[in-house]
Amino acid sequence: MAKHKDSDKVEFTKEMKKQGYNILVPMMAPVHFKMIEKAFRENGYNLILLHNSSRAVVEEGLKYVHNDTCYPALLVIGQMIDALNSGNYDVNRTALMITQTGGGCRASNYIHLLRKALKKAGYPQVPVISLNISGLERSEGFKLTPKIGISFMAGIVYGDVLMLLHNQTRSYEVNPGESQALVDAWTDKIVAQLSNGRGWRMNDVKANLAAITADFAKIPVERTPKVKVGIVGEIYVKYSSLGNNNLEDFLISEGCEICVPGIMGFALFKVDNRLEDIKLYGGKWLKKVVVTALMNYLTKLEDVIVEAVRKYPQFTPPARYAHIKKLVDGFIGYGNKMGEGWLLTAEMVELVDSGFENIVCTQPFGCLPNHICAKGMISKIRDSYKNSNIVPIDYDPSASPVNQENRIKLMLAVAKERLNAVKAETEREAATAR
Amino acid sequence: MRIGLDVGSTTIKCVVMDDNENIIYKSYERHFSHIVESTKKVLDEVIGEFGDREAYISISGSAGMGMAQKCGIPFVQEVFATRVAAGKYTPDADVIIELGGEDAKIIFLSRGMEVRMNGSCAGGTGAFIDQMAALLGVSAGELDALAEGSEKVYTVASRCGVFAKTDIQPLLNQGAQKCDIAASIFYAVVNQTIGGLAQGRPIKGNVVYLGGPITFLPQLKKAFDKTLGLTGVCPDNSLYFVASGAALYSDEKLLLSDAAQKLSGYDGDAGFSFNEPLFASREEYDSFVARHEKNKVERGELCDSTCPVHIGVDAGSTTVKCAVIDGDGRLLSSSYQSNSGNPVPQVRKFLQKLYNDFPDIHIASVTTTGYGEEIIKKAFNADFGIVETVAHFTAARKFMPDVDFVIDIGGQDMKCFQIKDGVITNIFLNEACSSGCGSFLQTFAEALGYSVEEFSQLGLFAPAPVELGSRCTVFMNSSIKQAQKDGATTDNISAGLSISVVKNALYKVIRAQDPRQLGRHIVVQGGTFMNKAVLRAFEKELDTEVAAPDIAGLMGAYGAALYGMGKGLEKSSVINKKALDEFVHEVKTIRCGACENNCRLTVNTFSGGGKYISGNRCERTVTNKKTDEALNIYKRKHALLDAYKPCSGERGTIGIPMGLNMYETYPFWYTLFTRLGFGVVRSPRSDRKLYLEGQSTIPSDTVCFPAKLMHGHVAELCKTDNVDAVFYPCMTYNIDEDKGDNHYNCPVVAYYPEVIAASMKDTLSEKKFIYDYVGIDKNKHFPRKFTDILAKYFDGITYKEVKAAAKDAYDEYDSYLRRVREIGAEIIEKARERNMLIIVLAGRPYHIDDEVCHGIDTLVAGFNTAVISEDSISHLTEKFKAGVLNQWTYHSRLYCAAKYVCTQPDMQLVQLVSFGCGVDAITTDEVRSILEKGGKIYTQVKIDEITNLGAVKIRLRSLLAAIGY
Repeated sequence: MAKHKDSDKVEFTKEMKKQGYNILVPMMAPVHFKMIEKAFRENGYNLILLHNSSRAVVEEGLKYVHNDTCYPALLVIGQMIDALNSGNYDVNRTALMITQTGGGCRASNYIHLLRKALKKAGYPQVPVISLNISGLERSEGFKLTPKIGISFMAGIVYGDVLMLLHNQTRSYEVNPGESQALVDAWTDKIVAQLSNGRGWRMNDVKANLAAITADFAKIPVERTPKVKVGIVGEIYVKYSSLGNNNLEDFLISEGCEICVPGIMGFALFKVDNRLEDIKLYGGKWLKKVVVTALMNYLTKLEDVIVEAVRKYPQFTPPARYAHIKKLVDGFIGYGNKMGEGWLLTAEMVELVDSGFENIVCTQPFGCLPNHICAKGMISKIRDSYKNSNIVPIDYDPSASPVNQENRIKLMLAVAKERLNAVKAETEREAATAR
Repeated sequence: MRIGLDVGSTTIKCVVMDDNENIIYKSYERHFSHIVESTKKVLDEVIGEFGDREAYISISGSAGMGMAQKCGIPFVQEVFATRVAAGKYTPDADVIIELGGEDAKIIFLSRGMEVRMNGSCAGGTGAFIDQMAALLGVSAGELDALAEGSEKVYTVASRCGVFAKTDIQPLLNQGAQKCDIAASIFYAVVNQTIGGLAQGRPIKGNVVYLGGPITFLPQLKKAFDKTLGLTGVCPDNSLYFVASGAALYSDEKLLLSDAAQKLSGYDGDAGFSFNEPLFASREEYDSFVARHEKNKVERGELCDSTCPVHIGVDAGSTTVKCAVIDGDGRLLSSSYQSNSGNPVPQVRKFLQKLYNDFPDIHIASVTTTGYGEEIIKKAFNADFGIVETVAHFTAARKFMPDVDFVIDIGGQDMKCFQIKDGVITNIFLNEACSSGCGSFLQTFAEALGYSVEEFSQLGLFAPAPVELGSRCTVFMNSSIKQAQKDGATTDNISAGLSISVVKNALYKVIRAQDPRQLGRHIVVQGGTFMNKAVLRAFEKELDTEVAAPDIAGLMGAYGAALYGMGKGLEKSSVINKKALDEFVHEVKTIRCGACENNCRLTVNTFSGGGKYISGNRCERTVTNKKTDEALNIYKRKHALLDAYKPCSGERGTIGIPMGLNMYETYPFWYTLFTRLGFGVVRSPRSDRKLYLEGQSTIPSDTVCFPAKLMHGHVAELCKTDNVDAVFYPCMTYNIDEDKGDNHYNCPVVAYYPEVIAASMKDTLSEKKFIYDYVGIDKNKHFPRKFTDILAKYFDGITYKEVKAAAKDAYDEYDSYLRRVREIGAEIIEKARERNMLIIVLAGRPYHIDDEVCHGIDTLVAGFNTAVISEDSISHLTEKFKAGVLNQWTYHSRLYCAAKYVCTQPDMQLVQLVSFGCGVDAITTDEVRSILEKGGKIYTQVKIDEITNLGAVKIRLRSLLAAIGY
């Protein structure tokens, strides 16, 4: 903690940074993270994004993490230990990095669970860096500079836009694989720009987004009506294919169009929570000023995304944070901030409201906040939106894909039936009109 | 022609329709997990009947999913298929309830169609009934017949099958009537289905029941009818709805022989992950067997002239073991048999045989242990009864004097202990929700059509043991289903199961990563280690050699006999041959009524005059002595809260649901509202009825039980006429006691009011429900913020009034906490005067709730101990750095209490943990490590809807035995 020094902790020192220690980072959202990896590397940290995803990841997690702890902790820690075991990295010149939000759910404790696991696994010398904006933990050799912060956010913006356009295109593309190829090409292009010190400033971001949207607009598509499915949930299992048993691919193979709300909303939510706290419980004005400034900056980035996507009528820009916050009013209080909090409810409401009535709500088995903001809100959403078709799915090292897919298929069967009814209705109307 | 196939978890159903959609053929059979072969066979039969031709065909059912896709045969999700069929056959149905082998479904048809399926953690359905029937030693049909004659229903946990099983097992061992247990099982299934799936939506109108269990078991249907308060129908063809729906829904024609062809070409996608084989070669196996054969306990010969013998009886959860030893501890005779639901006749038979074979035998002592310890002791007037841990430890030490780790895996339990200098220093016992033990292997073996011996034999040389995970039985079921779908063969599944038992023990129960942690001399015992596959898997996983005595399954009985031997008795008090021949055992049930627990007692009387009472939570029924409640802070806290008497006020009446953090903040809110001129009432003390009142509105079946109880409390308040507003605020933050890094509430405590608002709006429609976000940690800002909140619901309450009231409220809150601490100090002082052990029963403030704690406090006090709570001593420790992020107020107290206990020689800590409490996954490890560093033994008690007090007793007695109290 910042308040009192922890003697047990192995600190990441300036010296280690100078020596070019590897800094291993667990995978979550591949497109976003690849660019973020590069952003850090350009700022003097030898960041390495982990791609290992074999069964050994889960095995190591089960071995070193209390099995009742949430699945993401198990996977993230398992992935790191598996990487240290792999022999690919000099374990005496390697550090690990993990995020810490400081919220009231278990996620803020991952870093401590990781340290405990490292000790047990025989890597007590490996330092762990906390990536946080709450001042929870600091390391001498790691500083979150404004430049890193801005590059980080640029990575989020690129990732969100690529993910959004990819999802809006991939289910309709005439030439299968074309939009995926474009995502890969652009990821490489931006990574290359970052290597040359470009691509992270606001103007570069704007220019790149314009080019990206233009490229996606060029992909030939055939827009036949498809089942539209939204994916929401606990942030890790929502984005990570390792966590959700390749949920996106499964839904695509079932012939759906998917929509996965971006990370930008989560960033805004986490910052906005501080303002809500002040509103609900009182607080210092200085804190309010600083947080408001940060909020304005993020909103500006959101503008950039919306502006870029809006140019093309075939694409739907992501819902604005302010809009979804307004939508969820009356469903759940803004004070609900642990985990994904009210944002998760809000994303479901927004998806249903904008035509994605079918939703897979993902969570680790036993996820505490999701008892409230996910499973607890489904019936309330149904009261307002009769057609909402939401299936909560639990993820766990032992929950079998058969079970999960069967439940998702049930949701899809209902969705397909409705789609067919709509199609039939449209045809009938067309016939009558003729 | 239309064909629908329903490939479920245990059976395969087929329906053939003519072009007018009339059913012209149907079949129903078990597939014993040979899914592909069975499906092909069914299809071949259809071809045989109707000839090869083109037909509309589709497959439905959970087990058919992967196969259908790979073979290019259309697939229809089964719930959906049911709905399609219902539209045709029962068009006026409002709700359909379908129970299958492993799934439960509810479909709401009228007023907004909705389909629900049980989540991953609620597997108790058809397979569950089969398991329970097996436990009672009857078939499912016989179970139904039994239930018909029932007189009463026991409460059996409905959270999941594993829990239910741990509730039923002790009932059996305590001598409850089988017919009552049978009925209780059905009601548990009903509660589980309704509680887990209805989620607040009322089940009314025309209800249709489908699926095998309800069709074949009329008593189950009756239980549903009775619980729902209506009469549902179980239509003709209720077994074939899914298959019919699949047939009706199909829109693709296939040539039948083509479809059959595709099936025979399918052999799974072999996509499962697997482990190394257990044995690479025959030689490896032979040397393994040779090495273990050396581990023999010393034997002797039993004859009439054998001088005094000592008998040990281990009445375990599924088996009864008896051992006879001589004065030197040599094993003379033994028996090992299934208890078939009642251990008494088995032990009687054993003793009779002993008396018959050796009429002059001189029995010096009889010692009993295991679940059935007390009943056997009373029935036959045995000399000693000891806790299992002591029995197993005694046996292991005899077998290997320098043992430093014992692992015992029995039918239902796993017990492990670490030994240093001949003393137990650490105890690990499995929890209800990880019972990957012996009975579990047996269940699967039987489900696949093998005996457990054959089954494990199969796994020895399996080339690629399937990786099945290490969670509970329910999860394992679906993992196996998945593996079968992927084409895993039975030998690989068998080996995989053995490995998963081992992983469960190591990583979930012991939480060891390294064999060196366990020590150098490891003894493994318990019936499960008779199984060579498990033994081998264990050595492989730990990468070390262990010693498994040749009487691994008998060690409990052997240890009990050794214990008796050590007592130096001349002559045992056990009943003689004549009394044994005339032995009569009677059972009746009564209500105790001596205290508010109102326990339902099962009274066993034996011809020898012995009497055994079970179902009691305290010793009062047995000893007629009340434990001193003055030395139990759990009781005294209730008295403190009772001092805040319900009252009325001119501004209206505020109702407060008494659960979760309200147990601590009630004094605050009571004072605040009464000072403001409100009356305040709180919901009554929790009981089973109150819980059931709110059960159907619980949206998440995996949330902790204290949260689930809130639904009942709110429902009760809504029924109270004079309550104008129900007050239950959201509280992200708790009071900052400056013991940790932050002062949060856990997410459930913080935000559960949101769930109440969302899921109970009909119940709450007559009342104001105030569930705004408040922060009582910021006492400067609180009055202003709270004035704004009140203004939303009431007129004319001024800031000045609130400010004054808040000041009193904070004072009252402080004074309440102070009183709790004072009581703690007083109890400690009195206990020390009397030389009593002090147990810190550590949990959360709301663990004093009767339904949450289940009388565990009384049980603990019954061992002649004083009971205090974590919040009565946490202030005695300076703030310190915990090994985790210490950010929840209630949990900081746990760490502080643990730290303090380490400094007090006459204190021990027992941690209460709610099932499903995610935060406790973190706190338990940390509390354990604090205690271990301080040289104390960690004891954990898991609590839930129902708590098996037998398991709690074992933990406490083990702890007391280890510290020599």
